[in-house]
Amino acid sequence: MSADSKEMKKVLFGPILDNNPIALQILGVCSALAVTSKLEIALVMSLALTSVTAFSNLFISIIRNHIPSSVRIIVQMTIIASLVIVVDQILKAFSYEISKQLSVFVGLIITNCIVMGRAEAYAMKSPPVMSFLDGIGNGLGYSFVLIVIGTIKEIVGFGTLLGFEILPLIQNGGWYQANGLLILPFSSFFLIGGLIWFIRTIRPAQVEPKE
Amino acid sequence: MSAHKETLGKTLGVVVAVCLVCSIIVSAAAVGLREQQKINKALDKQTNILDAAGLLEQAGRDISGTYSKFIEERYVDLASGEYVDGIESGFDMFKAAKDPEYQVIPDPDTASIFRHSKVVSVYHVKDENGQLKRLVMPIYGSGLWGMMYGFLAVDSDGKTSRNLVYYEHQETPGLGGEVQNPKWKALWDGKKLYKDGEVAIHLSKSASAEDKYAVDALSGATLTSNGVQKTLEFWLSSQGLGKYLMNQPWKA
Repeated sequence: MSADSKEMKKVLFGPILDNNPIALQILGVCSALAVTSKLEIALVMSLALTSVTAFSNLFISIIRNHIPSSVRIIVQMTIIASLVIVVDQILKAFSYEISKQLSVFVGLIITNCIVMGRAEAYAMKSPPVMSFLDGIGNGLGYSFVLIVIGTIKEIVGFGTLLGFEILPLIQNGGWYQANGLLILPFSSFFLIGGLIWFIRTIRPAQVEPKE
Repeated sequence: MSAHKETLGKTLGVVVAVCLVCSIIVSAAAVGLREQQKINKALDKQTNILDAAGLLEQAGRDISGTYSKFIEERYVDLASGEYVDGIESGFDMFKAAKDPEYQVIPDPDTASIFRHSKVVSVYHVKDENGQLKRLVMPIYGSGLWGMMYGFLAVDSDGKTSRNLVYYEHQETPGLGGEVQNPKWKALWDGKKLYKDGEVAIHLSKSASAEDKYAVDALSGATLTSNGVQKTLEFWLSSQGLGKYLMNQPWKA
């Protein structure tokens, strides 16, 4: 039992630092670039992706022994796409403002490599509960990066955090000149790069061997 | 994966079953949540109209109650500038813009709006005693990156602007996106729209607060400011709502 819960812990929290989907596996970077200009949006996106990954892992794992391997990718896509549509509908119903700002990016969770990657690499081979935890774990790893990037971008780019003023802007009579560069999606490249550098400094095992 | 379960029949069976279950879940979510989504959409629109009407703070959390108490939707025929009756309550001027019966292709299309409806919705804002306080008029036109949709609130004299609220745009955050900055929106309060019958309101660099006809342009966003200017020129001219503001049928 203790070995089991240890394994669970590893599956659940491992992806945050040790096996981060964005920083180590370099998956799902595109959406991490686009939706991190404000922390609130990044949080909702994290939540959406985590629930999609967790439930797609769960469902795929439940029927994994019945999925014919010749059509497995399509079956996985069908399940993932359905979950994404459900999440999109729920967001539109209960969080209209944010769903307007997220616009296409919720739909694009379908093409997010983390969901597909975990379904193919883990859920097809593992029992449902562990797959569910793996989905949550990888969602947390994704969320960790989004929250860090979103926090930095919102503070530097808008002078606010979750909409509350942190650095008073010149436009509003303060002293802080907002950095427009950090609002644009591509600035996340620098920030994610910096984050990968940071993680690999404290976890040297992740550094790839020289070829 | 063992080979024995890879028959064609089984493959088809699994695929059909998965599709069936998934489609049931998706349709259930879509149908089950549709009402809530419709309410949200309507609420979002009412919130923007109340914002333009200057009633948002007073409304607090009671958006639809405040809306139905103080706002009345009317329909204006752009060509005559008069109110038209007998329009169904679900009328949507953006859908109507695609309907051949209502569609008008503006020429010259100075604000790049491509098409609009010949009948548009205008909102009367009333005070506690039922007296008309403001008119909230829809405006839209191209900015730098795409169409910008907004509401212009005009005083009941038909000549003084009160507020300019953009609710949908794709302008650069921090630059053109500042059209939504409350400080900038506040600059529109009390500006004069017309001078000797001509559209006079304009955006210019470091316009002073005393200038009755000018609003400070957005710094770092010349093309967005130009878009706002052209949008206003179009909708305040006789191509847009100019005749309506001139005839002032709400006083009749």
